[in-house]
Amino acid sequence: MPAFPRTATSARPSWRAWSFLQGFQSGDEVAHGLSFAAAASVILITAFLALELYRNSVLTREKFGWSFLFTKVWDPVAGQFGALPFIYGTVVSSAVALSIAIPLGVGAAIFLAELAPARLSAVLTFLIELLAAVPSVIFGLLGIFILVPVLRAAEPILRGVLGWTPLFQGPFYGVSLLSGGVVLAIMIVPFIISISREVILTVPGDQREAALALGATRWETTWKVVVPNARKGITGSVFLALARSLGETMAVTMVIGNDPKINASLFAPGYSIAAVIANEFTEATGDLYPSALIELGLVLFGLTIIINGMARLLVESTMSKGSA
Amino acid sequence: MKSFHNTRRKVVNVVMLSLTGVCTLIAAGTLVFILSYLFIHGVRSLNWEFLTKLPTPVGETGGGMANAIIGSAKLLFLAMVVGVPIGFLGGVYLAEFAGTTTSFVLRYTTDLLNGVPSIVIGIFAYTLIVLPQHHFSTFAGGVALGIMMIPIAVRSSAEFLRAVPGSLREGAMALGASKTKALLTVVIPAAKNGIMTGILLNLARVAGETAPLLFTSFSNRYWSPGWDQPTAALPVMIFTYAVAPYDDWHQQAWSAGFVLLALVLAVNITARLILSKRGPVAH
Amino acid sequence: MTRTAFWILLTVVSLRISPAQQILINAAGATFPYPIYSKWFDVYHKKFPNIQINYQSIGSGAGIQQITAGTVDFGASDSPMGDEELNQFRQKRGFGVLHFPTVLGANVPAYNLSGVAQQLNFTPEALAGIFLGKITKWNDPELVKANAGVNLPANPIVVVHRSDGSGTTYVWTDYLSKVSKEWESKVGRGKSVNWPVGLGGKGNEAVAGQIKQTPNSLGYIELTYALQNKMSYGTVRNAAGVFTQADLASVRAAAAALKDIPDDFRVSITNPLGKTAYPICTFTWLLIPEKIADPAKKKTVVDFLGWMLAEGQSQVESLSYGRLPQPIVAKEMKGIGKIQ
Repeated sequence: MPAFPRTATSARPSWRAWSFLQGFQSGDEVAHGLSFAAAASVILITAFLALELYRNSVLTREKFGWSFLFTKVWDPVAGQFGALPFIYGTVVSSAVALSIAIPLGVGAAIFLAELAPARLSAVLTFLIELLAAVPSVIFGLLGIFILVPVLRAAEPILRGVLGWTPLFQGPFYGVSLLSGGVVLAIMIVPFIISISREVILTVPGDQREAALALGATRWETTWKVVVPNARKGITGSVFLALARSLGETMAVTMVIGNDPKINASLFAPGYSIAAVIANEFTEATGDLYPSALIELGLVLFGLTIIINGMARLLVESTMSKGSA
Repeated sequence: MKSFHNTRRKVVNVVMLSLTGVCTLIAAGTLVFILSYLFIHGVRSLNWEFLTKLPTPVGETGGGMANAIIGSAKLLFLAMVVGVPIGFLGGVYLAEFAGTTTSFVLRYTTDLLNGVPSIVIGIFAYTLIVLPQHHFSTFAGGVALGIMMIPIAVRSSAEFLRAVPGSLREGAMALGASKTKALLTVVIPAAKNGIMTGILLNLARVAGETAPLLFTSFSNRYWSPGWDQPTAALPVMIFTYAVAPYDDWHQQAWSAGFVLLALVLAVNITARLILSKRGPVAH
Repeated sequence: MTRTAFWILLTVVSLRISPAQQILINAAGATFPYPIYSKWFDVYHKKFPNIQINYQSIGSGAGIQQITAGTVDFGASDSPMGDEELNQFRQKRGFGVLHFPTVLGANVPAYNLSGVAQQLNFTPEALAGIFLGKITKWNDPELVKANAGVNLPANPIVVVHRSDGSGTTYVWTDYLSKVSKEWESKVGRGKSVNWPVGLGGKGNEAVAGQIKQTPNSLGYIELTYALQNKMSYGTVRNAAGVFTQADLASVRAAAAALKDIPDDFRVSITNPLGKTAYPICTFTWLLIPEKIADPAKKKTVVDFLGWMLAEGQSQVESLSYGRLPQPIVAKEMKGIGKIQ
């Protein structure tokens, strides 16, 4: 690209054409155009994806309407499709995951942000964030050969302590909603820890000092002053973790039992939306069956959009506030 | 009465604080546990045969996953070709050229795309590529993974570009460089480390993805020449072998799991070390 | 002079670079015959190194779907395609699909019951009751009365079935429908059914894997999987009232009861008469499209079928699959000509 010398543009007769050519020569238009094309294609791809999901699920959407979301029956042979067992399995396994990951995650975040010396905190945070990089299928592998046998061995204890609730009754085979929930908990805890820790760190020091000056213990300061301040960001991290767990496929399908039934007990096997798509998509014959699976994909997509959106709102508002 | 209350507060203080330490230990220890377990069980069968041979027929012991290792490499290469240019240039646009509304739309869209479950991306690639072409292919799998790479590539490129100090940009413009020249010669090189490590982290993330490959690149017992045949891939083989009854396959699944995890963690650790050393940007 | 030499060299080298045409064929379907198919395709590849037949075991239902969608070159299923499925194929592809039986196999009730060393006997009522969810414990009277002297524990039975569309399921439910009116009316036969109870596994492989991992479990798998993984499996009482174990002899007897086979080779051989027949056997079929566009692929498929019916058959018994009866082989040889 030859470098044209800059001259006073007003001295030139056709300065408009000249400056356009100059811009072109220096590549601004090209750069702008190229990067705009890339940005546009991102938007196009996303729009096209949503459109394809919507279009290819039209058969079941028209046939079942909203009742698709509330029907319990999943019978491909009879052409009866209902999403309820899968929505139930997805939601329950994620709920179990959150009920384990939130106390664990917030507790660890408190330790890392408030109590641990800086070097130790950095190392431990590093290790925990690496956990987020472990592929899903490896969690599934460990789930089958370690977690499920361990849970099977721990079942009598669980049943003894919690067997009075309908959640822990009935036969237990190992693969179950509980196993699915526990695997998911391990997978999402790094997100809660990572973000919560950062949010807690942004709480101004004077808040802590004021509480301590009033005679609060370390714990009381943390729990009653710091954490409430960071509440929004922590909630945001929980939503993010939830969005992650809703879409998890491999680890879940390897330990959840793959049974499309709704059962109050966590000991029972279940099925999640992502798992049923992974298992049944290649064999979905006809037109109605694939449409039902794609509609399930649309439902999952919708769920994750909503939850991700809420997460972003909460986390971003906290971070921008805290970084002042 | 008051001193009892105070003692109680002190006890609660100690107990809860120690509990948080326990939580951290559990969380951090899990990774150590996973890595060591995979190492112990996987390294046993990690031999030359595993790395260089093709799978043997069902029920026969021996064989390896050479085709899956190469297959994963090919898929990642294609994912990079699809995901990195669009992602990087999109990030450039977001950081350098976009106005407030386009910036909002682009950020919102990339968030949307990032939130799409990987299985749904698999469906998309199946209807987009496999059905019209009438066969499964490495190409379809690579495209699916590439689409997964785009949102993170956009956001991380934009982040690292924005983090380049204004002084560098102003310096370039004071010397008479056009926007593009400033970008090419000053800004992008300054953000180079961050962007490249971002790409590496992104690759490590999609390297372990299984779901989108199930109905795009499918699987293959043999070598997969070119780009339009189905191909074996490490994560898919791990899944297939883990749920099967054959002990020999379980062994190979451990080894494959160890190889995959080792590579993913190695990339992650290297990337984070690079990022933490060089400025100007924290993660 | 050097230029001409260069061009000659280039031509020679590029000619040498293209060896005998590599033929890559993709197939998918039943998990039931996967052990013998993977062995066959491996042997065939060693015989003809330029031919690669990549078979993926994804289940009969998926095999039928993928061959109908045209994403694989041929499919495989242990459930013959129904009339509706055949019509769908013709609609989508414009021509028909042919069934070619390959081997005979047996569907066995495999279980994981530590502490019980003897082979268990299962009556048809027991199997139907277990899979209906009415028989829930191992020491149920129905099981005890068929297994005198065996110390059956009071543990709950964990049923394992297929979560995917399966020809093995079709055969199993076909048998249960024939021996239990209640099963026939409540659940029926099919590749996918509404299972009253049980855990789901994808493919024969995962069901076998699940049974191995889960104590007190019972599920149905192909005989070879049970043998290769040293799993316990039971005998089943056949229509003649004899408790038979699945093996080469009893499978052969089940096929021998077949009088004649229709031209399209679609037939069920569950619950046959015959004192030594094992009641839950089946043929398994390759699904070959009537028209194969690529001439090289067509020739390969035709050649392979011929090989399979001759030399291939001599290898099946070592993996505990049954050979095809001779009249069927002869009929198939003629049927190969239908592939265009």
